[in-house]
Amino acid sequence: MHAQLLTRSKLFCVCATAGEDLPNTRTCPVCLGHPGALPVLNPEAARMAVRAGTAFGGALHHTSRFARKHYFYPDLPKGYQITQYERPFCTGGALRFRLPDGTDGHAAFERIHLEEDAGKLLHDGSRVRADYNRSGIPLLEIVTQPVLASPEAAVAFLQELRRVLMYLGISDGSMERASFRCDANVSLRDNSGTPGQRTEIKNLNSFRHIEHALHWEISRQRELHAAGMDVQPVTLLWDEAGKAGRIMRGKESAADYHYLDDPDLPEMSIHDEEMEIAAGSLPELPLIRAARFVAAFGLTKYDADVLTGARLVADYFEEILASFPDGIRLSMATAAAHWVGGEVLAMMKEQASEVIPVPASHLALLLEHVAAGSISRTASKQVFDRMWRSGEHPDHVIAALDLRQISDADSLRTLAGQILKAHPAQVQAYRDGKKGLLGFFMQKILVLSQGKADPLMSSSILSALLESERQEPGESAGRRSDPEEEIPGRGGVRP
Amino acid sequence: MTSYSEIRKLIEARKEFCASLVDTLRSDARNHESINAFVELFDDDFDAYAREADRRSTGGNARSLEGMCIGVKDNILVKDRECTAASRMLRGHRAVYDATVVRKLRADGALIVGRMNMDEFAMGSTGETSVYGPTMNPAANDRVPGGSSSGSAAAVAAGLLHAALGSDTGGSVRQPAACTGTIGLKPTYGRVSRSGLIAFASSCDQIGVIAGTTEDAARVLGSIAGKDGADAESASEPVPDFAAAVRQGVRELRVGRVTEGFIEDLPPQQARAISRSAELLASAGARVTDVSLPMAELLYPVYAVIANAEAASNLSRYDGVRYGRAAEGETDFHTSTARSRSEGFGREVKRRIMIGTHVLSAGYREKWFEQAARLRRRIREAYVTLLESVDLLLLPVMPEPPAFREELLRDPLRMYRSDVYTVAANLTGLPAISVPVGKNEDGSPLAVQFMAPAFREEWLLAASAVIEGGTR
Repeated sequence: MHAQLLTRSKLFCVCATAGEDLPNTRTCPVCLGHPGALPVLNPEAARMAVRAGTAFGGALHHTSRFARKHYFYPDLPKGYQITQYERPFCTGGALRFRLPDGTDGHAAFERIHLEEDAGKLLHDGSRVRADYNRSGIPLLEIVTQPVLASPEAAVAFLQELRRVLMYLGISDGSMERASFRCDANVSLRDNSGTPGQRTEIKNLNSFRHIEHALHWEISRQRELHAAGMDVQPVTLLWDEAGKAGRIMRGKESAADYHYLDDPDLPEMSIHDEEMEIAAGSLPELPLIRAARFVAAFGLTKYDADVLTGARLVADYFEEILASFPDGIRLSMATAAAHWVGGEVLAMMKEQASEVIPVPASHLALLLEHVAAGSISRTASKQVFDRMWRSGEHPDHVIAALDLRQISDADSLRTLAGQILKAHPAQVQAYRDGKKGLLGFFMQKILVLSQGKADPLMSSSILSALLESERQEPGESAGRRSDPEEEIPGRGGVRP
Repeated sequence: MTSYSEIRKLIEARKEFCASLVDTLRSDARNHESINAFVELFDDDFDAYAREADRRSTGGNARSLEGMCIGVKDNILVKDRECTAASRMLRGHRAVYDATVVRKLRADGALIVGRMNMDEFAMGSTGETSVYGPTMNPAANDRVPGGSSSGSAAAVAAGLLHAALGSDTGGSVRQPAACTGTIGLKPTYGRVSRSGLIAFASSCDQIGVIAGTTEDAARVLGSIAGKDGADAESASEPVPDFAAAVRQGVRELRVGRVTEGFIEDLPPQQARAISRSAELLASAGARVTDVSLPMAELLYPVYAVIANAEAASNLSRYDGVRYGRAAEGETDFHTSTARSRSEGFGREVKRRIMIGTHVLSAGYREKWFEQAARLRRRIREAYVTLLESVDLLLLPVMPEPPAFREELLRDPLRMYRSDVYTVAANLTGLPAISVPVGKNEDGSPLAVQFMAPAFREEWLLAASAVIEGGTR
């Protein structure tokens, strides 16, 4: 598979990798292959490559070489692609991932290397135009050994690989923008376990397409075997609309790339110190982090998976925990996990945001207010919404929106009295035994209080009033003993 | 034209000198059009340059190359100027940036006079494969001027320029210098940035200097040498004062005179030139010993495989899509590319692309390219080791005197063989210089070559200055 590295400039020139997207605006003599122009390795790309090699536990080589892979195509400006061939910077390595059945998977890598991307062709009626903005963009290529046993395993592997590359901060993982893409090789083993002839499928643009294409190709090869025919070593192009692969080239036209070590580029060298720095600055990888969330914070496996889906989100979650006072950190963990996994992710998706503008300490404070009952959960969503948009402190928002929970017994009793008075029929029905109507009164009190009525207190006050048949609803307000005492465990934690 | 040492005197005296200098440049170039050394004269730049140079001269802030008139081979980019490598393929192609060497020369005050004729894509040893027609040899009318930097050498030999840049992949600076009686210096690989040089064989290509005097060669090298961020193969080695090296002499330098190991016996005049040079160096205090040329039989074959493989690769970019010649009326990319290349490249270039493609193709790569690459490492070791026991190697430039015109076009193998003593410096990356030592009996120029350890161009210049002093 190929992942576009998140460098600022291209692999061998100073052109930007992102920004202006008019065709051929991010180009220079180097990435256009002008005569006289020479490639110079971008050290940022090399650092990211080392980071990946370290994370996957591959053997990083002190020296590696770039090679030229030759073919003529209009999107390839130099008539060759600069890649690594006989001497990649990293051999071996592996990734642990979770198979769909919940068991652990392990995919060993053949190699990891650096290479440059080609441009792209824009088909415009009968005309074809070339856009070289992508020419020279750095790609990390990872080749696995033939170890993925099913299309589902392949997809699970790719999903974890994508997550890890994003964790490492070296890829944006976008399949839509083709910054994460793969070619799949398929071969069937016979009964003795010997792998058969392999074929390659290209043009796989989403996890779903990959799964479809792999199933299709496996059936195709099975049918060939069943019919007593040989599988030919072909390259197929997947057509998702037609749900079929199309043979792109067969063996007879197998390309000869005339590989040549690139004489314009010295060996890429990786020093021990760089390896040490990479090893020392490696983030905790998602599966390990999820396991820690379960063990250390008592989260469910599901919650831990949701939180570790993106590093930014997991980091944010941990920052919130760090913002809580020591005494309540553990007890707040699940609430925080639900907030981050629910409201925060929903908001990021809704706003198509790649950042979380609410400081973790602010959200922690909001969660403390909710836990303390000083604002309702419903109101807290409104507060969060405004915090996200305006960046305001939660206390300001709560004050500004007048959302502080009504948890003073007298006010609640007044509200409850008004409601009972307004609905005598329901009051009667309740007293006649339809206790389920408590929900009806609860809803009314929340509406009347604009969601601010403390639900636990309201419920107990309403019950008390409804049960005391001798009094007319609403008349006894203020004269009874403080109902707070009747609510176990609440009075003490209220600020 | 006024010699550059004279110009320095005028500059020291804070005199105006440039208006008349550029007039001479113009008229000399016109009067020598028949040599066909210039492909284009950048004379629209001359007057503005002259005003600036005179202003600096009289103001006492002239730069190190103020007033030096330098031509650049037509494979070195000058921004906004056409640059074609003397190929139909690149006719009309304008450079969008300056080669690093051009930028440096201009920063030091030199005038870039124009672009110089050459063999197409620097492939040739006679100056005859150019799309602009052959270059004549002002030092010997009936002979070729050598190649591929033919125009650079011819213009310096005719006194039209103080110096010219060439490129040396297998001898393309030293060999034309030898054919025209000029000095040709190929620096160490990495000493001079290749950024903006149209590539022939990247691991061998090095921009070099052709000049009338050792001192001028040293001045130009001092300007263009040094690490360049745009060429990853350029070296961080400190740049010494080359002009001072010219005066430092050869006392105590160990010179290895090559007396055996040649691919065939040297013509007597060549052998005498070597002896004469050795005597001059010895009388200047050098310690001369006799050595054998290592691996001579392998030099050209190994070079041919490697250089042509790299050439085939480097020339893949000429497909007519982004610049250069595009075949008319084709709609299919591969057909169009094939036609553009068939029409754009000349015979010699095609021959080398085919050789280079063959030696890299599946099934032949191991036999040809891989083997040549291994042998190249052995050759490099042999020369580096030899240049630990001596400081300079004294050897011929060519196995024969300059060829008659058109003689070698009919016999490419003989043309290739004329590179046999120059390619060692390119395969090893070591610096080398071609220095004139008088004439052959037939009146054609005669020269010797020195090779030195990596980044010891000072020793080459010192030896050149001694020979120059002794043969003047």
